[in-house]
Amino acid sequence: METHPENRVDPDAWTVSVAPGLLPRLLADLPRAGSFRTLAEHRAVYPSPPQVRKGGDPLLIEEVERAGVTGRGGASFPAHLKWKVVASGRGRPMVIVNGSEGEPASSKDAVLMSRVPHLVIDGAVYAAAAIGAERIFVCVGAHSTSAMAGVERALEERDDAEDAGIPIEMRIVPDRYVAGEERSLVHMINGGPAVPTSMPPRPFERGVKKRPTLIHNAETLAHVTTIMVNGAAWYRSAGTSDEPGTRLVSLSGALPRPVICEVEAGASLREVFEANGGDCSLVSGVLIGGNFGTWLSPQDAFGARLSLASLRPTGASPGCGVLFFLPSDVCGVAVVADIADWYSRESARQCGPCEFGLEAIATAMDAVDSALDVDPMLARIERLTSEIRGRGGCKFPDGAAQMVRSGLTVFADEVQLHRAGYCTSGRISEVAV
Amino acid sequence: MSAKTEGRYRISVDFIACRGHGMCADFLPENVSLDEWGYPIVKDDTLAPGRLRDAKQAALLCPELALRIEKVNASAEVARK
Repeated sequence: METHPENRVDPDAWTVSVAPGLLPRLLADLPRAGSFRTLAEHRAVYPSPPQVRKGGDPLLIEEVERAGVTGRGGASFPAHLKWKVVASGRGRPMVIVNGSEGEPASSKDAVLMSRVPHLVIDGAVYAAAAIGAERIFVCVGAHSTSAMAGVERALEERDDAEDAGIPIEMRIVPDRYVAGEERSLVHMINGGPAVPTSMPPRPFERGVKKRPTLIHNAETLAHVTTIMVNGAAWYRSAGTSDEPGTRLVSLSGALPRPVICEVEAGASLREVFEANGGDCSLVSGVLIGGNFGTWLSPQDAFGARLSLASLRPTGASPGCGVLFFLPSDVCGVAVVADIADWYSRESARQCGPCEFGLEAIATAMDAVDSALDVDPMLARIERLTSEIRGRGGCKFPDGAAQMVRSGLTVFADEVQLHRAGYCTSGRISEVAV
Repeated sequence: MSAKTEGRYRISVDFIACRGHGMCADFLPENVSLDEWGYPIVKDDTLAPGRLRDAKQAALLCPELALRIEKVNASAEVARK
């Protein structure tokens, strides 16, 4: 059972499931762990995408618009809007597949890239054909050796068997959260370190080689492949009208095994959790969207659906699909402190407010966890998390503020215990003598 | 409205470039304060009338050229509301 969402879940521990009653799409006939769907096997179900031509194909953009697929990397942004902007930019566009998956408790993209990489790569080729791109970069997180192996093998197969009319390259993304940020990927491909750069320009205006650059999460592109083959109407037959289709969620914490589950967009969180062997009465908080996400009370979380609309009143969003269920016998304050420490360690240390602010927040959270100066430290956290918002080159510090503030709200009772020098985990905190 | 928005300017900080020299807070104390490490906190991003000169001076003297001044365009202002 995972009790530390800031540590990467053992890649071999993940299992795969499908929500009850749902016909799986991305996970249909998924090869078991360690196996791989070859190009020939893939082509038996998914025909070759069209050749990529300069100028693109507006009909493909229209199909994606009709389907209404949104980004599965975290921002839930409508795909077709990105395609239109990039297609109308200056210069021949580039396409980046973002498979960096920096969230330690997420493994959906690794599952796709290691076992069915052609599903993802085809999506990138369709996107490239739609916008008339010149080159595709498949970016894979260095933490996932199986994803790197899957993509590498897939690209070799394609080199031997097909000519999509576009070069496709794999790039390895260093194992640091902000390395997966869009501008970091562009900076890395352009020859720099994988850290965010100043804005503007934004990558969709000027990215790789100063060309307009389309960047999509790996899962998003896998959906694109299924849409192009089965049609927009088929895609919309699952999910809600606002957020159609299915999505992959990574569940961990108070469960027998961590699991990647394909669910309908808008599925009930309670049903998803229970269907995978969870017991709602044994959970004291749910971290939605991973370390970059928001803590919800069990009451709010289990009453919600996995959609922007349903989660909006709670202040959360489905994000990248990470659902971490804190077991109720584990101290929430300690976990919030651990994730705050993760933030401090993961800072790229480019921006002063992030470098110093995240360290100060982590130190203060550690003090609260250790029952040292709890009230002054809570006041300090309140001020630091409010000050840090919007004061980074990327949104990383904002994520820390959101995670800490929501955590202190959800675990308010636990904070009270700490104020008295006690803790749910059964230990009496070490009070400095 | 158009007469009022004309000539309004907004400031922002490029935090990747900023090294906390604090020039912006010296020149524009009503807009910018400093955090405990000396990095700017933009309390109010809109320049008061007559403050453009000092803002330009601050932007020019910032050793990292991290202070940005942009003209608020009326349509963007409407869109923001």
